[in-house]
Amino acid sequence: MKSAVIVFPGINRERDMARALKLISGREPAMVWHTEPELPGRTDLVVIPGGFSYGDYLRCGAIAARAPIMNAVRRFAQNGGLVLAVCNGFQIACEAGLLPGVLMRNAQLRFICRDVYLRVERSDTAFTGGYNAGQVIRVPVAHGEGNYIADGETIARLEGEGRVLFRYSSPDGMIDPNWNHNGAMNGIAGIVNEQGNVLGMMPHPENHVEASMGRTDGRGLFAGLVDHFQQAA
Amino acid sequence: MISNEPAVTPELIAQHGLKPDEYARLLKLIGRAPSFTELGIFSAMWNEHCSYKSSRIHLRTLPTKAPWVIQGPGENAGVIDIGGGLAVVFKMESHNHPSYIEPYQGAATGVGGILRDVFTMGARPIACLDALSFGDPKNPKTRALLGGVVAGIGGYGNSFGVPTVGGEVRFDRRYDGNCLVNAMAVGLADADKIFYSAASGVGMPIVYLGSKTGRDGIHGATMASAEFGADAEEKRPTVQVGDPFSEKLLLEACLEIMARGCVVAIQDMGAAGLTSSAVEMGAKGGLGVTLDLDKVPCREAGMSAYEMMLSESQERMLMVLKPEKEKEAEAIFHKWGLDFAIVGETTPTKRFIVRHGGAVMADLPIKELGDEAPLYDRPFVESAKQPVLDPASVAPPMDVADALEKLIGLPDLCSKRWIFEQYDHVILGNTVQRPGGDAAVVRILDGPKALALTADVTPRYCEADPFEGGKQAVAEAWRNLTAVGARPLALTDNLNFGNPERPEIMGQLVGCIRGIGEAARALDFPIVSGNVSLYNETNGRAILPTPTVGGVGVLDAFTRSARIAFAAEGEAILLVGETRGWLGQSIYLRDICGREEGAPPPVDLAAERRHGDFVRALIGDGLATAVHDVSDGGLLVALAEMAMASGIGAVLEAPAGLPAHAFWFGEDQARYVVTAKDSETVALRAKAAAVPLLRLGATGGSVLMLAGERLLPVEELKKLFENWLPAYMAAPA
Repeated sequence: MKSAVIVFPGINRERDMARALKLISGREPAMVWHTEPELPGRTDLVVIPGGFSYGDYLRCGAIAARAPIMNAVRRFAQNGGLVLAVCNGFQIACEAGLLPGVLMRNAQLRFICRDVYLRVERSDTAFTGGYNAGQVIRVPVAHGEGNYIADGETIARLEGEGRVLFRYSSPDGMIDPNWNHNGAMNGIAGIVNEQGNVLGMMPHPENHVEASMGRTDGRGLFAGLVDHFQQAA
Repeated sequence: MISNEPAVTPELIAQHGLKPDEYARLLKLIGRAPSFTELGIFSAMWNEHCSYKSSRIHLRTLPTKAPWVIQGPGENAGVIDIGGGLAVVFKMESHNHPSYIEPYQGAATGVGGILRDVFTMGARPIACLDALSFGDPKNPKTRALLGGVVAGIGGYGNSFGVPTVGGEVRFDRRYDGNCLVNAMAVGLADADKIFYSAASGVGMPIVYLGSKTGRDGIHGATMASAEFGADAEEKRPTVQVGDPFSEKLLLEACLEIMARGCVVAIQDMGAAGLTSSAVEMGAKGGLGVTLDLDKVPCREAGMSAYEMMLSESQERMLMVLKPEKEKEAEAIFHKWGLDFAIVGETTPTKRFIVRHGGAVMADLPIKELGDEAPLYDRPFVESAKQPVLDPASVAPPMDVADALEKLIGLPDLCSKRWIFEQYDHVILGNTVQRPGGDAAVVRILDGPKALALTADVTPRYCEADPFEGGKQAVAEAWRNLTAVGARPLALTDNLNFGNPERPEIMGQLVGCIRGIGEAARALDFPIVSGNVSLYNETNGRAILPTPTVGGVGVLDAFTRSARIAFAAEGEAILLVGETRGWLGQSIYLRDICGREEGAPPPVDLAAERRHGDFVRALIGDGLATAVHDVSDGGLLVALAEMAMASGIGAVLEAPAGLPAHAFWFGEDQARYVVTAKDSETVALRAKAAAVPLLRLGATGGSVLMLAGERLLPVEELKKLFENWLPAYMAAPA
């Protein structure tokens, strides 16, 4: 799996992401600076990592969404390429029109960093093949603006088309407002676009990939992607 | 000299915080009256914050050397060798005055400043800690200060991208008029690629890097060197505004030019901005510096020389550049969207010359401004010794179970989750132990080594006995590092006190420094960096003496670090160290009995070392399954924390001989709780090492069962522990 990690000024989880990709795919990702007009040749997976692009001084992700490299990312996505957008990446993907909806400030109006539980809604996608449907994983979140909101029609479509891949849940997989730390509608933690090739998610699977560090719940996402490309090859 | 500048009058001199004798010294030094800009420069360099004029002669007594110390105090941060070609760069610094005036920006720029101190030396920051002291929770201002300070620390650190992994938080009415924000940053560098601030070479270009200069923070350092009166809030314009985004860019750009070999010397612009960075680089290098202010990138037009020299705009650096690398360095800064301007050069004259608009605005001797600033041996009186409190003289107002429930729900002892969850503590993927344990543990690169980090002080002990309190702060940091299995290596200290012109405050400062030095020597735990914050008083009322120490230790294998959570049921619970039931200055005495008195617990440094070395060896040999240091609140609070962290209960028994409340809540030092599967081996080793060891009981079930007391379900304790802070912060202001 050949991946490219997009780096905007102010992005700060690119090293975490690169380490996870290297660890699980065995291959060092290309780090692509925001001013580049093109992605590296034969890129399999584009990753937009977390951080505070441009300081999040306007709306989160709004400036990054307009960077030169994003035109290349849009073309890549239109051609069916897989895009993983995490945290600030999710916000950027929404601002870039790659995903519907918006990430508002957390319901409690505070930044929150903690481990949360996610119910994996489907296992039959390129992103979730490493998990079982209904499986609950524990990964960290670290954001101030992760409260996913969209209009009723969009939510109905997302739900109807099975495009919600991850949902905040209790440790035993129940959808419960007490286990939804940011107030996201329907407990939405991660969604895909209509074609199913762009995933945006707020939590950080890349921070739970090493057994020696305690937990490996995030590994399935990367392992599933590696499998996906191996099968395609 | 030109002069559309204001005339220098006695009022103006006083406003600049210069005392009459200091002004006389200034006149003698330059042989004429200073210009307005020069007065500003002197005030910036000679204030307490920058010159350490009241503390320097005492700080010199601290131990600062060890074979593993690469750089002690005097640089932007301390540097220690951790083996494998790697060095750890760290320092703690206060941002107390600004945080009280404007909590969000005050705290945010405190974090920004300390991060810059670390990466100026060539290190990539890998962790932050924050030690915070606030006033009485009942004081209406406390909630707003706490909320603002925490949001500011998070706002800066989270965006910059460094994990905030630990620290401490306390509340006491003595901080009502002056909160304390002590921020510590820790970075990692190659041991042979450390960058220093001393300029070298004549005629070398001096480059200005980073953000533009604005009118914010003018006189910040002078403000921070005075006590507050009723007008504290009017000082808001002296607080700087932080921009973590620019800081992140500055970090990446600086590390890049350092890696390309462009840098001769580099110094961040912190307190007193352009003035102190330029003077320090020149003074340390034995060179003069000439600055041309027309070249300084400014945020607004029409800034005067005075304003530029005193601005504390953030995210700026000053660098002496290798001339042949100019184009390369400039390209790197422009890639990151940052300013890069040659604003001066080094000279052989040892003069500090500032030009602006074709005129010389300042022409001053650089050494006397910088490393030869005034020095005071201020008079001091030692604090009166308190009598030792006999535990038998303290009648328990409630039973042990009730007292425990009350203690763990107190502001000082309750869970600080509401705070640390606002800090990204997992970014960079190396946080082995998150906040809530004895020390944070952060893996180094891909391991197997890790750092243990902690920040500690017990101000009520320091006030009752500055010497013992100073010792205790160091001993507790050493113990916290030991409790996770680390070898303690070095300290940074952040000394927060009241007005040093009062002999009793000076006595506290001197006593605490002596205590810190004594303990640091005994434990081979040198002080490699630090900061002094004086004049923490309002309307003549000083804070509790608060010499915060930040400790750094190293673990050879991060997978072997010990945690406070009970590991399993059916394990022996053992107490390492001697219990005399020391209630003087304990939290139990203060919050359960309503008495603040007595001598604090004495610190036996030989016992500390013996007990700590014993515990560390147990951890290293895999014999300890959980470890917790015993500190504030005493033994039963430590045991409850171990139970709450795991959800596992315990059956416990106190030995005969001491009153139960003194045994469970006394704060004797040099103690650890250790759990073990094989307690016999532990007992044999303790005997061989002459370490007191007492079996308290065993882990198991879901309640704390104390002989003769009602049952305490761990889940119920957890609610009390977790509820206070969120409930307090949710209450209407």
